[in-house]
Amino acid sequence: MNQVYDVLIIGGGVVGSAIAREFSRYKLKIAVLEKELDVCCETSGRNSGVLHGGFTYKPGSLRALCSVEGNAEFDKVAEELDVPFRRTGKVVVGFTDSDMQSLLKYKAVGEENGVPGLEIIDKKRLEELDPSAGGEFAMYSPTSGILNPFIYTIALAENAKQNGAEFFFDNEVTGIKRVGAIYEVTTTKTVYKSRWVVNSAGLNSAKISTMLGIDGYTIGGFKGEYIILDKNAGRYINMPVYPAPGPTGGFATHATPTVDGNVLIGPDSELVEDFEDYTVTTPSFEDLIIDGQKMFKYVKKEYFIRGFAGIRPKRINKETKQALDFVLEAREETPNAINLVGIESPGVTSALPLARRTVALFRKKEKLVKNTKFNPKRKGIVSFAKQSDKGKKALIKKDPNYGEIICRCETITKAEILQAVHNSLGVATVTGIKNRTRAMMGRCQGGFCETRITEIIQRELGKKETEVIYSKPGSAMFTGKVRI
Amino acid sequence: MAIIKKDVVIVGGGPAGLAAAVQLWDRGIRKIVILEREKQLGGILRQCIHDGFGLTRFEESLSGPEYSQRFLDLVAEKKIEYSTETAVINITPDKKVTAVSKRGLLEYEAKAVILTMGCRERTRGAISIPGTRPAGIYTAGVAQCYINLHNTMVGREVVILGSGDIGMIMARRMTLEGAKVKAVFEVLPYPSGLPRNIEQCLNDYDIPLYLSHTITNIKGRSRLEGVTVSRVDEQMKPIPGTEKGYDCDTLILSVGLIPENELSSACGVELDSRNKGPVVDENYQTTIEGIFAAGNVLQVHDVVDFVSLEAEDLADSVAEYINKGKLAACAIQVTADASIGHVIPQKISGGKDFKISMRVRKPLRDCEIDIMQNEDLITKVTMKKAIPAEMIQIKVKKADIKSTDNIRVVVK
Repeated sequence: MNQVYDVLIIGGGVVGSAIAREFSRYKLKIAVLEKELDVCCETSGRNSGVLHGGFTYKPGSLRALCSVEGNAEFDKVAEELDVPFRRTGKVVVGFTDSDMQSLLKYKAVGEENGVPGLEIIDKKRLEELDPSAGGEFAMYSPTSGILNPFIYTIALAENAKQNGAEFFFDNEVTGIKRVGAIYEVTTTKTVYKSRWVVNSAGLNSAKISTMLGIDGYTIGGFKGEYIILDKNAGRYINMPVYPAPGPTGGFATHATPTVDGNVLIGPDSELVEDFEDYTVTTPSFEDLIIDGQKMFKYVKKEYFIRGFAGIRPKRINKETKQALDFVLEAREETPNAINLVGIESPGVTSALPLARRTVALFRKKEKLVKNTKFNPKRKGIVSFAKQSDKGKKALIKKDPNYGEIICRCETITKAEILQAVHNSLGVATVTGIKNRTRAMMGRCQGGFCETRITEIIQRELGKKETEVIYSKPGSAMFTGKVRI
Repeated sequence: MAIIKKDVVIVGGGPAGLAAAVQLWDRGIRKIVILEREKQLGGILRQCIHDGFGLTRFEESLSGPEYSQRFLDLVAEKKIEYSTETAVINITPDKKVTAVSKRGLLEYEAKAVILTMGCRERTRGAISIPGTRPAGIYTAGVAQCYINLHNTMVGREVVILGSGDIGMIMARRMTLEGAKVKAVFEVLPYPSGLPRNIEQCLNDYDIPLYLSHTITNIKGRSRLEGVTVSRVDEQMKPIPGTEKGYDCDTLILSVGLIPENELSSACGVELDSRNKGPVVDENYQTTIEGIFAAGNVLQVHDVVDFVSLEAEDLADSVAEYINKGKLAACAIQVTADASIGHVIPQKISGGKDFKISMRVRKPLRDCEIDIMQNEDLITKVTMKKAIPAEMIQIKVKKADIKSTDNIRVVVK
């Protein structure tokens, strides 16, 4: 490939997508390389979907700075990028004296970090805020919220794309070398050339860092499993309910409403060697039920829709396994490379603040010219289900495909599916449609609509049966026609 | 758009909705409409291309499409109104029905609403099978839809979990299309599907059925690569050390059906916690006056013939309701003992003959089912064999109802 990019971003998670979006404010040739077939396939999508307040991170740390900054600006960001978001507030609940000590400690930390409005509340107030929450008392964080992490990442990526950035999927980076002033980045598909490289590879950030010539980082994969509960359980919960952190810090299994009305129970935490081990396991599942019920009274089997797992890429001390802060650096010995290592929770909250700091490192070396055509606004797919009757009528009138319901559990129409199938990033997987529309996310898990959605993918994109891909590269849905 | 007034709105044009519509017409109730989500009427029968339907209702063996065609012909002949690609999104207790179609948001107002939405399949997530999440895992009905309606083959090396009827039918279907079906595993110590399907779909094709087995791991990150199967103990917990691996690219799940009652419960219709269908009286009237339910939305049936018959019984009551404006109050409760999964109806008036439908929870031999009022025996049925896969129906005559005391169904 002869094209030389100005900036090549490795990793299409929420951070990589945010970085692409922030660079697209300037006249630059930008590309994002992603090993999966869509953005947001790993850590960025496999989490609680919480906009964090920033009260558990060490004062002065990058995590603290970025989460507080990211939290404060999110109303504007959500509006600009059309991201489902609610500033619900959050309660961190406790049962014992040591829990109270923990809450007091984190309240002080939060206040030092500049988190507004933190207060310790009694059981009565807790019950007013969220009658389904467990706990005898709590710390209330009014600025915490919930958002759809898939849509947020997709929105950042689509906005970057509409402002000129390019996205290349199914491109896993296998080697990086610098030839003169140009980086040659070899992937499983081809070789990309760029003047600058940004490593935002999440779970693989230490690996990419080594390829860039920066050794010494260790990523610990902290796997956590979740259970997703039906919207019928979601009626009972108002805001995320977290347990008071134990002496080692960090949160255990919590209950979180999603912006769409479901409830997530999880995650537990286990250090894994295999960074693609997204298996769900019976022991975790059983523990999630026990731990989840302490936070949320309605963790019942009849509400289970499915489980999933995510892996947090924590930068750790190789010997002690102690978790360390985010790294964002540009080193003299590796010019024109910006390295982000160990970006885990609160990565979604911190994505844009990290992206701005990434651009600032670039600016230290090079002058940036404004992209005068930059448009910070991106419009998402208009949801039929969320409209009033009047709004529904207007949508059908405008586009009759809004009058054809494909996914009955989530009331997703053909118009929405078509918009998702023709998404600007060119993603064609079944999971891609799911994450963009919520079709197949409901209680029947695609039992009624998956067959219709795969048919639409085939017809709209001219694909054969064997070319319909479920999620990962190689995940063919079908083996062919029954009869030719 | 103006509100459309009807005597009866039927929600769902599968076998129950069609039978109810035709029967209502024959009873003189003709200001009716069937609302169907799909492009065609017929419901799940459209994809059931195997035979065995109609043995009771028509006394001959038909395929699913042939069976539904019998009703579709009558709908056409009588010019019964229906609207396809019309998805109901809301029903109110005062019987206003909102539906989405390309023509716009349709608003109906009816004297009676009939719920015939059918059922859906239980999923992998609902039963929490551990492991990875690759392509190649399908519920039996979804696989059946792909193969029979979309001419799309879902896989070549197949393992089936659950001995439900659709799973066994898909074992045969996939074998006939050249796939290798390695085995069917059932967590229970007895099969959940009908004996005729075990014979015709498994034994005839040498497909082994392993009872008291379940899947304890799923492997493969892109496409399914294999499953681990374990034997289970009496509490249905996997027994360590009994794991066995099966290579396969496809896993078919046939692990139960759930009545599709989201619209019913959003409307305020009370559901029975045992079978997840509406609580109904002898007229198939739910706990909301003028809202009725029959077919698989009420209780999951074993054969479609009984769905049609139940919907026809319901239509008789709805006709009576439309004509008289009210049905007799049903204050007598019908309950069942612990060995019975569920019982329909849950309430009767005592003023007319009625039919009790039920399933036993475990296979029984030489049993007697007694319908009791206090210590009085009203009716009894003796059976050489009763299995959970088969629905049992017992007719009770008005003359045999002794008092206004509650009725109990007891298995001996």
